[in-house]
Amino acid sequence: MPTRRLFIVMAAAASLLASSAAFSQEKSIVVASTTSTQDSGLFGHILPLFKKKTGIDVRVVSQGTGQALDTGRRGDADVVFVHAKRQEEKFVADGFGVRRYPVMYNDFILIGPKSNSAGINGTKDIVAALKIVKSNGAPFISRGDKSGTHAAELRLWNAAGIDITKDRGAWYKEIGQGMGAALNTASASNAYVLADRGTWLSFKNRGELVIAVEGDNRLFNQYGVMLVNPEKHKHVKKELGQAFVDWLISAEGQKAIADYKIDGQQLFFPNANAPGA
Amino acid sequence: MPENVSALQLVLAGDPALYAIVRLSLIVSLSAVLLAALVGLPFGAWLALSRFRGREGAIVILNALMGLPPVVVGLLVFLLLSRSGPLGSWGILFTPQAMIVAQTILIAPIIAALARQTIEDLWLEYRDELQAMNVGTLGSVVTLLWDGRFSLLTALLAGFGRAAAEVGAVIIVGGNIDGFTRTMTTAIALETSKGDLPLAIGLGMILIVIVVLVNAAAWGTRRFGERMAG
Repeated sequence: MPTRRLFIVMAAAASLLASSAAFSQEKSIVVASTTSTQDSGLFGHILPLFKKKTGIDVRVVSQGTGQALDTGRRGDADVVFVHAKRQEEKFVADGFGVRRYPVMYNDFILIGPKSNSAGINGTKDIVAALKIVKSNGAPFISRGDKSGTHAAELRLWNAAGIDITKDRGAWYKEIGQGMGAALNTASASNAYVLADRGTWLSFKNRGELVIAVEGDNRLFNQYGVMLVNPEKHKHVKKELGQAFVDWLISAEGQKAIADYKIDGQQLFFPNANAPGA
Repeated sequence: MPENVSALQLVLAGDPALYAIVRLSLIVSLSAVLLAALVGLPFGAWLALSRFRGREGAIVILNALMGLPPVVVGLLVFLLLSRSGPLGSWGILFTPQAMIVAQTILIAPIIAALARQTIEDLWLEYRDELQAMNVGTLGSVVTLLWDGRFSLLTALLAGFGRAAAEVGAVIIVGGNIDGFTRTMTTAIALETSKGDLPLAIGLGMILIVIVVLVNAAAWGTRRFGERMAG
């Protein structure tokens, strides 16, 4: 009988929807973060420790810093954990975040081909290196996605006295994608690219790429964390979200961050207590 | 997923994270097929039988909607379900439910359009008989859907194929959250961005095998059903 069959199908659909409602657990928060914290494997290391202690399930949506802040602004996350201090301060000043806490830092590095096509490999001065990249027209991949790394890259071009929005050529390619995609593109085209060290260390498809420039103070990369303002978005889980923020900057959370290593190399350096970080 | 392993090792070792991803992919895509079928099949059949001004235009638009870009559907559903959007109070953005909603919207036109074509062909065969028996539109829709059920399976499989293969919509509304909204396709995108191309390809192979298995199961059901129906 067709009608009976139809009834069975509808009952099955109803039970499926009901069971999918069971996906939502009570103790969970959504954290909007960057691709670097996720792709580097940091969250895979620290979140199980946090869950073990508090029972809170942290759901990380990894995006570029600009997009992650926007997710917080829309109220689609409880906590934002990103790396672009100026934008974070604006986020708090605009009332979208409660307060910004510094958490940790690592550094940016300029990645380039082993063949040293621009002759800058092994140098330390990032601004001088970028000037040479430009004058040589050496291929350069830009994230172009308003991420923290993209913001840092634009700052460095600016420091080199180059207006990259006007002063670009075929050598400069904006791909509008995440760090991993940018590294894949650079690897395929032997181009230079600015990357965060964490993603680079965990990146597997390096091809002919090596670290070209590192160790400049201007390559410093600070991460900060903020609870999304419950006064703007009432549904924000403020207790659970604040518990995560507090844990990250606690001695225990800071140690968990410092303990994360790949091949014996530490990826992120905790500095919650550093003044002005 | 663990570091430095191949997809084959994950399968052989029965990696729980991999199986959770496969399970979620199947739950999301099959739920979407079911929901889209509940809407799409009756609508397609109704469109096949009815005659009204602008029907041709409606068919063209329905056929065109088969090519809805997943990323556009993802973005629209994202804007709807965002806390700042009209359905924000549901609080289901970045959950599997949101992914089911997006995929349902994506594939309902595919199922409806293919059903419309199938039913219309069948209608030519049945029309005289049904009209002679004075069966109304609703009765005709039900009869045609039932008698065309084996051919309509192809429409459902086309919908399932689209849902299982797309990444654009689920990654936007699901957020690719580890252990919660990560599906086969978003896991492949993630491993690609981490530069682990062998693992990404391996996961892609597993996805293809799963899609083949689902199709084989559907084909088997059809053959079995046809034999039972004589």
